[in-house]
Amino acid sequence: MKMSGAEMLLESLKREKVTHIFGYPGGVVLPVFDALYKDPSLQVILTRHEQGAVHAAEGYARSSNTVGVVLVTSGPGATNTLTGIADANMDSIPLVIITGQVPTKMIGNDAFQEADIIGMSRSCTKHNFLVRKITDLPRIIKEAFYIARSGRPGPVLIDFPKDIILEKADFVYPETVSIRSYNPTIQGNRWQIRKAAQTILKSRKPVLYAGGGIISSEAHKELLDLVTLTNIPTTLTLMGLGALPGNHPRFLGMLGMHGTYAANMAIHDADVLIAVGVRFDDRVTGKIAEFSPHSKVIHIDIDPTSIRKNFHVDVPIVGDARVILKDLIEELREISGGEDAFRHYQPWIEQISEWEKEHPLCYTFDKEVIKPQHVIEKIYQFTQGDCIISTDVGQHQMWTAQFFKFIKPNTWLTSGGLGTMGYGFPAAIGAQKAHPGKRVIAITGEGSFMMNIQEMATVVSLDLPVKIVILNNQYLGMVRQWQEFFYGSRYSSSFIGQSPDFVKLAEAFGMIGMRATRPEQVEDVILDGFSRRGPVLMEFQVDPEENVFPMVPAGGSNIEMIFESPGEKDDPKKRDSILTA
Amino acid sequence: MNPEIRVSDTRKHFIQIIVENRFGVLSRVAGLFSGRGFNIDSLSVAPGLDPSVSQMTIETQGDDHVVEQIIKQLNKLIDVIKVVNLSEFSFLTRETLLIRVNTNTRPGDREEAFRIVEIFRARIIDSSPATYTIEVTGDEDKIEAMLNFLKPLGIKEIIRTGKVAVAREDQKIGPKSAARLSDGDVNYHR
Repeated sequence: MKMSGAEMLLESLKREKVTHIFGYPGGVVLPVFDALYKDPSLQVILTRHEQGAVHAAEGYARSSNTVGVVLVTSGPGATNTLTGIADANMDSIPLVIITGQVPTKMIGNDAFQEADIIGMSRSCTKHNFLVRKITDLPRIIKEAFYIARSGRPGPVLIDFPKDIILEKADFVYPETVSIRSYNPTIQGNRWQIRKAAQTILKSRKPVLYAGGGIISSEAHKELLDLVTLTNIPTTLTLMGLGALPGNHPRFLGMLGMHGTYAANMAIHDADVLIAVGVRFDDRVTGKIAEFSPHSKVIHIDIDPTSIRKNFHVDVPIVGDARVILKDLIEELREISGGEDAFRHYQPWIEQISEWEKEHPLCYTFDKEVIKPQHVIEKIYQFTQGDCIISTDVGQHQMWTAQFFKFIKPNTWLTSGGLGTMGYGFPAAIGAQKAHPGKRVIAITGEGSFMMNIQEMATVVSLDLPVKIVILNNQYLGMVRQWQEFFYGSRYSSSFIGQSPDFVKLAEAFGMIGMRATRPEQVEDVILDGFSRRGPVLMEFQVDPEENVFPMVPAGGSNIEMIFESPGEKDDPKKRDSILTA
Repeated sequence: MNPEIRVSDTRKHFIQIIVENRFGVLSRVAGLFSGRGFNIDSLSVAPGLDPSVSQMTIETQGDDHVVEQIIKQLNKLIDVIKVVNLSEFSFLTRETLLIRVNTNTRPGDREEAFRIVEIFRARIIDSSPATYTIEVTGDEDKIEAMLNFLKPLGIKEIIRTGKVAVAREDQKIGPKSAARLSDGDVNYHR
């Protein structure tokens, strides 16, 4: 039977077990939307902006470890997806983005709503395809899904010209996929794993440093097994939160710029660093020359380019984190003869608990003004971690990462690599679609929320019970914090106190709005808001000048953490000198 | 132990890449170099023996760490089938130039141009009353030497193919300097 390109696309998506498509219609993709209208087995989530559609697909993908699918039109529809695609590329989120394109014969003619999205997205996708022949379409879709979800996951874009959308041909979907130039390494090298095991056994002060790769490869069980066997203190990156339960006794908290004192000190003093599914990002390492200066480094990652890109490695192991951790545990069991072999880490663990006592994560509760950290703590107490949390980017993101204890993987959605304001709320929409029965909370700031605020219409029209928590401090808080520390408190363009009345805005969109202005109201608003059935917006008017601590100034060494704001008495010149250091 | 990646000297490298012979592959490779701040000193590309693949030769420079990243990043491109750093082997490079020189500036220039062409085993492929157009193929040293000889005549135009490179069949052949003598190319003084 002959099928049109549009029908072939939908049939192929179904073969890839797709059930939800995040998208926005427009000129050239009308035939695809028409086919979707006739086929109710694929559900379209209509967002109110294409950027929202991509972030929603990211939230869907990350919360369920599947591939998120986006469908948009050509030109502006396609270019609006770029920020989301770049975000997914940095954070290794598997997506397939289908963009409409003007008819093949008009490509290059500056046709209406034409954009060279293949050229534009080349550097922010894992791969992209322009469909040039209808008979190539099934293979391209098969390959796109395979590339998106295998190896180091990432976004793959398919540009789909209108004439091919309409053209008819026989549909043959390939059973298997094989790309001669793409074969990700899964199995780790046996000898390297043995070397890693020996290095770990010989160490006295080991630290595990794990990240988003654990979540992508579903290696959380293996990570827990490794920690249980060896008792090695473990720190997680921002993207890795939830990979080890946040209340695990060996969990040191997050590391890096806003990491815990214990995590950063442990990394610094470690003699062996076991890095798994991480890429030594500059927000993690701080000044690279002073990062973990005494350690032998074991680096496990599926992406060979991540190894030795930023940091030296003594034992590189390329492959899938889950497969390698399994082998590593087996190897350790074999050569160690059991848990007793790891007893000698005890003095190290005691040293670390001293650091934990010395500078725990803390804030000063205030009776008059709401502290943002207090709101996060109350949400944790209320949910006990049984929920999916998304955040935007900035202070609220760091406070959530610090004060919320993520117990399970895939329950934490945040924009790590690209740092995209506007990510969080649409991501929550996607997560809610993937987990209809689960409590999904978008924690955001008034600055970030405004960047994709139009998606309020999406949650209301789909009656998604997403709970929105705005920590409103009237500033672009992280910008203000840097200005306070490094720019002599000159708050250039960071005051945004003229925000709308969020409660009224929620009502205007058709959802419930609530507000807390005083600390004693926090608990009531959380109890009330979270017990409502539909979408609820909760605004917490928090201390405008609260800062995120600890903090490592950009380019500083991780052990030079600061725990308090530079006081009035400080010489402004001295502050400026921190910046240039 | 020094935690920083050990920095070695910046050296010239020849990288041979075999890619799918497909629409847009060259821009992926070129975009990778510009996007990540790597250098391209020369690049040549053409279909290989198997018409479904293309061969690229890229001349680049960097320390060991940069070159390691270049090779890894190239391998990461989906359309790249194989990457070889020829600089780890004994290899040959060649480049073809089309050079248009003045031959009538001073008396005797035309004869001088003809002699230089003879010495370097080049060819005159076009001639006008005031110029010769010369085709020459060789490695970097030969090309450079020939250009030095031609300069006094006045070079009007040079078109270069960019370098292509190939590893030697027998990798056990000794040092590169010895290898050059066996090229059968002209011996010249620098």
